[in-house]
Amino acid sequence: MDYAINELEQEVLNTTRELAQKKIKPLRAEMDAKEQFSKEMLEEYKKSGIFGLWLPEEYGGLGGGITCLAMAFEELSRACAGLALTPGTSALGAIPMYLAATKEQRERWCPDLASGKKLWAFALTEPEAGSDATALKTTAIKDGDYYVVNGAKHFISTGKEADFYTVAVNTNPSRGARGISLLVIEKGTEGFSFGKKEEKMGIRSNPTYELIFENVRVPKENLLGSEGRGLLYLQETLDYSRPGVAAQAVGIAQGALDVTIPYLRTRKQFGQPIITFQALGHKVAELAAKTEAGRAMVYNLTHRMDEEFLPAVKNALANGTTVHDELKKLKGARWTKYSAEAKLFCSNVAMEVADECVTLCGGIAYMRDFPLEKYMRDAKITQIYEGTVHIQKNEIITALIKEYASKEGEE
Amino acid sequence: MHIVACVKQTPKSDNVKIDPATGCLIRSGAASAMNPFDEYALEEAVMLKEQLGGTVSVITMGPPQAEAVLRDSIARGADKVYQLGDMAFAGSDTWSTSYALSKGIEKINGIEPVDLVICGKQTNDSDTGHIGPQVSAWMKWPNAAFVKKVVSVNEKSITVERLTEDGSEILELPFPCVLSVVKDINSPRVRSVKGRIAAKRAEVTKWTADDVAADKNKLGMKNCPTRVVKSFVPKREVCSANVEGATAKEKAAKLVEILKENKYI
Repeated sequence: MDYAINELEQEVLNTTRELAQKKIKPLRAEMDAKEQFSKEMLEEYKKSGIFGLWLPEEYGGLGGGITCLAMAFEELSRACAGLALTPGTSALGAIPMYLAATKEQRERWCPDLASGKKLWAFALTEPEAGSDATALKTTAIKDGDYYVVNGAKHFISTGKEADFYTVAVNTNPSRGARGISLLVIEKGTEGFSFGKKEEKMGIRSNPTYELIFENVRVPKENLLGSEGRGLLYLQETLDYSRPGVAAQAVGIAQGALDVTIPYLRTRKQFGQPIITFQALGHKVAELAAKTEAGRAMVYNLTHRMDEEFLPAVKNALANGTTVHDELKKLKGARWTKYSAEAKLFCSNVAMEVADECVTLCGGIAYMRDFPLEKYMRDAKITQIYEGTVHIQKNEIITALIKEYASKEGEE
Repeated sequence: MHIVACVKQTPKSDNVKIDPATGCLIRSGAASAMNPFDEYALEEAVMLKEQLGGTVSVITMGPPQAEAVLRDSIARGADKVYQLGDMAFAGSDTWSTSYALSKGIEKINGIEPVDLVICGKQTNDSDTGHIGPQVSAWMKWPNAAFVKKVVSVNEKSITVERLTEDGSEILELPFPCVLSVVKDINSPRVRSVKGRIAAKRAEVTKWTADDVAADKNKLGMKNCPTRVVKSFVPKREVCSANVEGATAKEKAAKLVEILKENKYI
């Protein structure tokens, strides 16, 4: 079912479906096999306006919100979760900037972000700080008008290809988690280099790199928000970005079904199409129902988010304030629990659907020539990045405990 | 830079049927779209605009429903769209059609001087490949057909590579000029989100034969110099023959003989 509720959302679906069909499908197998980033797809995304979907017209965007972003990511991932990450990770890297940036910073960065001229990436994970983001060791020590950054990030999506990296650093190590801040570091800055390129199980057309910072001098104008508030912005970012991963997972599940159902209809054994065997048909029905449930969960959430996000953006532009501050003024709901629920549920659905589809189709689906095993490899990442399924459960139970604790004695 | 792309609404490629009684295409009820070759013409126009700045205008001649192909052109990056629609145009052959288009282009040229006209190399419904060269003849502007690449472009001229039967040649044409392009020239983009929304709101300028000061004695079926005598779907025949011989070498020699006999080589 389509969840588009306005013209823009409908045209986002139409555009991304055509992109998937005409541009992504002919490329995906080769890019996956070669583990290669596609500059060709980057150009196609630029031309079709994908990078600016969620940014206001003032910066050359289309004025959509989190829903448009999620819809695009679902439809592109339905064809290839790896190639979909080019606009996906650029949005992820830019969301913290967009939330915390001053008017000047927005004007400096948003036009090139919206056109796709500059790609963004998100750099939080370190060798010893994965699920525990507070353990990060990269430091940024103030020196006059600069921060001097030292440390390393790893497993960074769209590494080397991206132009701007939103990097979580500690500006005051003595304060621990309260010293975490966000800096925007531009590729090409002296002392900023790329380490190992990872070889991966899935999403192989998106390059994953290690980032190395050796006495990198970053101008203080590149600090997002204020020092020590990094974790707050990161949590807010993940609240808005996790529904995107959930949407990607729904796209992967749908893409696997798109391959599986036609095959089961034509494949004959024992003299009949195998989809007519009830054991298989019922399995497909269950998978389709779960996929649809995931989709409903995502767009119900993003539409509610947009009811706040879009007015906050409008106010920030009108008042010259930050989106983060305007969200607070609107008494912004905390989406953490709902975002975590959507990501938990949908990523598990994607893995289950892809896995079961391979089993349903049998031997052919295990072969690289058949476009199904890739869905199974790609699905796995949705259970891991932007917080593993276990971290999502932590988010949910923490929220639930707070929710019920605050109700105590209310009866 | 002002570029005019000529487009036509034709039946979708997988959907062309011919009425055996009249020899005409059955257009009613058939899904239609932009002639696929014209997508390349329009894409090239939009790419040149992005590179050099300027305006892309699109013109089509056709019945009221052909407006759809002009809205589609907006979605693909065109700025202004013009439709020639008049019963006087009905049944025109390529000579008449290119005359009507040239009158339309003349009028567009009066609004903003035209530098370049780009057509697809042919349509998928009548396949003639006449329109580009004929428009250039009516306009008395230079022409290059079967263009596969724009080599370079400056303020005064454009240099292109065109396919010939046994290779290619490079030509420099002064502006204004007319090109018709082949599919090798680019890979048409997917219609952008912004373009799709603009397409619905775009204003389509509609002109009759009188609006473009066309001589009605040159228009319509009764004034055309050519007639379609018959069109038909060719019968598909498959035939095969086995080449006998003891060794591969012997078989190859016999095969060459058969090919020579039939003047294939």
